[in-house]
Amino acid sequence: MPSLKDLKNRIESVKSTRKITKAMQMVAAAKLRRAQESAEEARPYAERFNAVMADLAASVGGSDSAPKLLRGTGSDQVHLLVVMTAERGLCGGFNSNIAKLARNHAQRLQAEGKTVKILTVGKKGRDAIKRDVGELFVGHVDLSNVKRLSYADAQGIAKQVLTSFDAGEFDVATIFYSKFVNVVTQVPTAQQIIPAKFETAEEPSATALYDYEPSEEAILAELLPKGVATAIFSALLENGASEQGARMSAMDNATRNAGDMIDKLTIEYNRSRQAVITNELIEIISGAEAL
Amino acid sequence: MADTMQFDLVSPERRLASLPVSAVRLPGAEGEMTAMPGHAPVITTLRPGVLRIESPEGTSEFVVTGGFAELGGESMSVLAEKAVPLSEMTRAHLDELIEDARTAHEAAKAAPEVEQNLVDEAAKLLADMEALGDHMSL
Repeated sequence: MPSLKDLKNRIESVKSTRKITKAMQMVAAAKLRRAQESAEEARPYAERFNAVMADLAASVGGSDSAPKLLRGTGSDQVHLLVVMTAERGLCGGFNSNIAKLARNHAQRLQAEGKTVKILTVGKKGRDAIKRDVGELFVGHVDLSNVKRLSYADAQGIAKQVLTSFDAGEFDVATIFYSKFVNVVTQVPTAQQIIPAKFETAEEPSATALYDYEPSEEAILAELLPKGVATAIFSALLENGASEQGARMSAMDNATRNAGDMIDKLTIEYNRSRQAVITNELIEIISGAEAL
Repeated sequence: MADTMQFDLVSPERRLASLPVSAVRLPGAEGEMTAMPGHAPVITTLRPGVLRIESPEGTSEFVVTGGFAELGGESMSVLAEKAVPLSEMTRAHLDELIEDARTAHEAAKAAPEVEQNLVDEAAKLLADMEALGDHMSL
C-alpha cells in the first residue's frame, strides 16, 4: 500500500506528463494544418504532371527507343527501396507501420532471390529496420534540419536515386511512405517510381492531337527525371501530414489516458486519506472508552 | 470563339495563378511563342525566361526557370519548376540562379564520360539565365 505522500507524488507527475502530451497535441494540430495545406497546394502540379506523363508514356512507351526510366533496364534483379519516415518519434504507429511494410517487402524480395538495397529518409525508420535488414543500407538522407519541406529537398533525394540508377546500381525503385487519409487514418503505401508507372486515363482523351515541341521523346526524356522528383516530393508531403496526424491522435490518446489515471489515483488517495482519519478516530474513541 | 481561356500556373509547391486570360507569351524550348484562345493543342518544354500573361484585368509577368506547358484550345497550364512574379525578382535572386547554372555547367564539363549535348545544354541554360538578366534590365 503506497503512502499518502507517494500517491501525491504520482498524481503530480502524471499531471505534468498530461501537460506535455496536451501541448504536443496542440503543436501537432497546428503543424498538421500547415502540412495539409502544403500537400493540397502541391496536388494540382502532381495531377497535371501525371496526366501529361501518362499521355506521353502511352504514345511512346511501347517503343524500344523509350527512355530507360520508363521502360526499365530489362531486368528486375536489383531493387532499391526508399523508406521515408519521420525524424521524430512519439507519433503512434506511424514510423513502425512504414518500417514494417518496407521490412516485409525487403524480406519477400530476398526470398525470391533478388538483391535489395535500402535508402532511408528519416532517422526513425532507419533505427526501426536496422536490426533486421541493416546490412542492406546503401545510404541515408537526413532531413532533421529542414523546417519546411521544399521541392529542393525532394530534388536532392531524386538526384541521388537517379545518379545511382544511371550507374546501373539497381533496376527497380520503390518508395515507402504513409498516405494521409484523415487524422486517424494513414495508410502505409509502396509506390514504384522506376520504371515509372502512370495511371492511364480511362478513355484516350484528345492525346493524339497534341503537337510536341521539341519531339515527344525529347520531352519525355526531360520530364521523367522530374517525375521522380515530383513523386518523391508528394510522398514527402503526404508523409509530413500523416506524421502530424498520427502524432496528434497518439497524443490525444495519451492525454486522455493520463486524465483517467489521475482520476483513479485521486480516488485511491482520498480513500487512503479517509482510512487514516477513521483509524485515528477509532484510536481516540477506544482510548477514551478504556479510561 | 471565346476571347479568353482558362490559364493555370503551378509550381510543385503551390498554385501561383489561375485566371481567364486572353493571351500568354511563353519562352518555349524552340523560341518564344504567344498562345491565344483556340490555339492548336501543343505540349512544349520551357527554357528560363519571362512568362507574360494578358488577362482582361491587366497583364502580369512571371520569371520561370524551366518546366513545361500544355496548351489545349480552351485551357492552358504551365507547370514551372520554379516561378517568381517578376516584381519580386531581384538581382541577388537571379545571381543565385546564374550561379547554379554555372556550377552545373562546370560539373558537366568536368565529368569525362558525360555526352557533349549535356554540356551544351548546361551552357545554353547558363546563357539563357544571363539573357534573362539583361531582359529584366537589372
